[in-house]
Amino acid sequence: MNTPLRRLATVVVAMFVVLMGGATWVQFVQADALNNDGRNVRTLYREFGRARGPIVVGGEAIASSAPVDDAFKYQRSYANGELYAPVTGFYSIVHRGTMLEQAENDVLNGQADSLFLSRLQDLITGKQPQGSSIELTINPAAQQAAWDALGDQRGAVVALDPTTGAILALVSKPSYDPNQLTTHDSAAANAAYQALLGAEGDPLENKALQGPTYPPGSTFKLITAAAALESGRATPESVLTAPDELPLPQTSATVKNYGGSSCGSGGQTTLADALRVSCNTAFAQLGLELGADALREQSERFGFGNDELSVPIRVEPSEFPDEVNAPNTAFSALGQYSVRATPLQMAMVSAAIANEGELMTPYLVQTVRTADLDVVREADPRRLSQAVSPTTAAALRDMMVGVVQNGSGKAAQISGVQVAGKTGTAQTGREEESPHAWFTAFAPADAPRVAVAVVVENGGAVGNEATGGKVAAPVAKAVIEAVLGQ
Amino acid sequence: MATIQPHRVRPGRGVELALLVPALLIGLAAYALTGLGVTGELPGNVVGYGVGMAALALGLHVVLRWRAPYADPVILPVAIALNGIGLAMIYRIDLGMVARGREQDFATRQLGWTTFALLLAAGVLVVLRDHRTLRRYTYTAMVVGLLLIVLPLVPGLGVEINGARIWIRLGGFSLQPAEIGKLVLAVFFAGYLVTNRDTLALAGPKILGLQLPRIRDLGPLVLAWAVSISVLVLERDLGTSLLFFGLFVAMLYLATERTSWVVIGLGLFLGGAALAATTFGHVAARFDVWLNALDPEIYNRAPGGSGQLVGGLFGLAGGGLFGTGWGKGRPDLVPYAESDFIVASLGEEIGLTGLLAILLCYLVLAERGLRTAIGVRDGFGKLLAGGLAFVVAFQCFIVVGGITRIIPLTGLTTPFLAYGGSSLLANWIIVALLLRISDDARRPAPDLVTGPPPGTTTAPLPVRTPGSSRAGAPRREGEPEPSADPTERIAGPGGVR
Repeated sequence: MNTPLRRLATVVVAMFVVLMGGATWVQFVQADALNNDGRNVRTLYREFGRARGPIVVGGEAIASSAPVDDAFKYQRSYANGELYAPVTGFYSIVHRGTMLEQAENDVLNGQADSLFLSRLQDLITGKQPQGSSIELTINPAAQQAAWDALGDQRGAVVALDPTTGAILALVSKPSYDPNQLTTHDSAAANAAYQALLGAEGDPLENKALQGPTYPPGSTFKLITAAAALESGRATPESVLTAPDELPLPQTSATVKNYGGSSCGSGGQTTLADALRVSCNTAFAQLGLELGADALREQSERFGFGNDELSVPIRVEPSEFPDEVNAPNTAFSALGQYSVRATPLQMAMVSAAIANEGELMTPYLVQTVRTADLDVVREADPRRLSQAVSPTTAAALRDMMVGVVQNGSGKAAQISGVQVAGKTGTAQTGREEESPHAWFTAFAPADAPRVAVAVVVENGGAVGNEATGGKVAAPVAKAVIEAVLGQ
Repeated sequence: MATIQPHRVRPGRGVELALLVPALLIGLAAYALTGLGVTGELPGNVVGYGVGMAALALGLHVVLRWRAPYADPVILPVAIALNGIGLAMIYRIDLGMVARGREQDFATRQLGWTTFALLLAAGVLVVLRDHRTLRRYTYTAMVVGLLLIVLPLVPGLGVEINGARIWIRLGGFSLQPAEIGKLVLAVFFAGYLVTNRDTLALAGPKILGLQLPRIRDLGPLVLAWAVSISVLVLERDLGTSLLFFGLFVAMLYLATERTSWVVIGLGLFLGGAALAATTFGHVAARFDVWLNALDPEIYNRAPGGSGQLVGGLFGLAGGGLFGTGWGKGRPDLVPYAESDFIVASLGEEIGLTGLLAILLCYLVLAERGLRTAIGVRDGFGKLLAGGLAFVVAFQCFIVVGGITRIIPLTGLTTPFLAYGGSSLLANWIIVALLLRISDDARRPAPDLVTGPPPGTTTAPLPVRTPGSSRAGAPRREGEPEPSADPTERIAGPGGVR
């Protein structure tokens, strides 16, 4: 019986080798995939079990974690949650994180590679590991001013420091209170989430960075003008054809001016005047002459089509359509047809013009510090592209000053400060909907400190009567005042 | 001139004592670390616990010195270490449940069962002076074993838990009679097979190179198959069914050395399982869960979804190579983390490293058992030791294989680790029997000089009371017991060390 016993012993060894292989497969080979499985609450518990770092604006925490006596150990809460929701996002046991809570998750929970030394220190000293804090570039006064000025209207505001790219204000309306999603009662969190999903105006959407991008309307004329100036075909004084109604090639459609008005006299106007009064026919004609490729190229130098941009919240790329026929080129030159832009993008256009044509990469996070206040990371302003030459930028600046001084953007005038801006009133493409009101601006024109873009969906409170000058410009003005008032 | 030195066998009790120290320390350290990891303080009763476990282990050690001085020195320390690790993890799950607001004190109960089981093991060693005595109870064992298996089916006694009817409730205690059943059936199989092995092995036609048994000799095999399939069908317990059948086929193979039995046995079982999988929803669901565990549809299915299995996989993955540390993971998230899924709990907190160490412990235990079987001189002892060692290893394979998705998940307890009194009792009795048999295997043969004259067998004759109750044993008269066993000539004096 010894031979079968020896064979059986071999079988037993083989069984255990298989078991060891199985354990290795699960715990080593597949471990990463299993740990990253969305259904794995352990990962969540592990994350929640750590002291998560705060998100700080102007020296005060807008998101922080406090110890609680339940399975998750820490409760995340948001001070002034609605105001900062598009910045912080939320961090929920059911839906994980969004916005910065997601984008900077590994820093906030202390697991980032850059925090390795700090973790090692904690391991040796036996200290409870803590997440790092992130300090934002947001200017609380500007944020509040944008929030207040937008009132109950749907829309978004983005303000940038044109010289660095730092985001000074980022507002999206309607907003929501992230605190209702961070409850550790998963049923309640889920119910709140479902309610927000179905809520009027999509509060969960970050309209400043990600929401369904908007047609930029006449604010896009800045890019059309930039393309014309860069091409060397035009100067601000160049005379453009500006009929009351411009027939388009290959179609019976025509382009008219806003309210059927005429711009200039005798069907002619200068480029500067055309921008000042936002003359559609002149820019449509200009767009036809420049061609879609020139417009697309210029828009891309301002940041359109950049699908890698993150601040570090992912930014939905703004688009200039790929294939455009002649009549649609004319509409595209006016920021209509399939041209789409985020409020951040239009703020970047103003910022680049303000910064002598140099477009800085926008960013939200100024400083990352460990719990011991050691600086782990400091924002490093970087050039994204040279959107236009300094000469073109100066010309555009002067033209934009004209818009505010004596054109469609008078509502943005501030006494003692020269504001450069451009209005936009964008048709949504749906007959029954009022147009979106746009305004993008920077100030002071000679030494810019803030660039801003405002969109008010469907004309906001004014509805069908809305223009960018009427509805959006006052909001931009409030933000500029808030930044300069300090 | 060359002289032949008699091979001196060291009893190994000193080695055993030396091994018991780390074995006890592992369990105690795990227990202390669990308290430190969860609450930040040592468990209140850590000293009492340490002293108690040490007293029990050392007590058993003393019993071995007294009653089985040549017993294998590794088996007891390995079992003590596993039991200690299991206790620590059960205590850890208790703490996890308390942290979630659910009072649970399985650890104290398990400690009680451990005490009882170790005392019982000592009792077995004291009372059972010679394992061959058990052969007298071959058919009693059959009856008792079958009764134990069908016990949960008795109305009013058996209870159904999670669809499987393998429990009985006796005054406040839930017991799994099948755990004891596997032990009793191993005794029956050993006794039956040692008597009938020649008929099973040699008679019958040979087809395609396989020595087939005679139809009438198939009776017991068919019976065992029928029993395990009926367990599958009536008690809805795939694991126990697989365990019984695996045990029977392994022992049949040991007795007959005929591969044909293994082939026939496997064929029958796979056929039965396939039939069950297509006929019964709950078996089919198990296969579904096994093959498509991570599929969202299967994961979310309730009841019968893969939530528990995948939860265990998440736990194992979370532990990674080195684990979270005692008390630092969340093993309590998986249902039955202290019993069926204790391996996943351990994998989470002590990592792949710890889990592999535990598997090696089992392997050492099983191989020491098989070594004992090779060393022992009588056929009954060989079959019993081989069967018992195999059943422990096979049970591990079914449980751990189920949790790591090597085979479909079945509800079996992990020997020594998992919470559950019946399982602990059964496995400690197995340890006691293996120790008893290994004492016989390793005990040096009587000195040749003072031994019986040449021409007689060197092995001690076991049957002292031939008139006793070997009821039903067919060849009682003149059966030349151990000397008929050909292996006796192979296993010389000294056996294994």
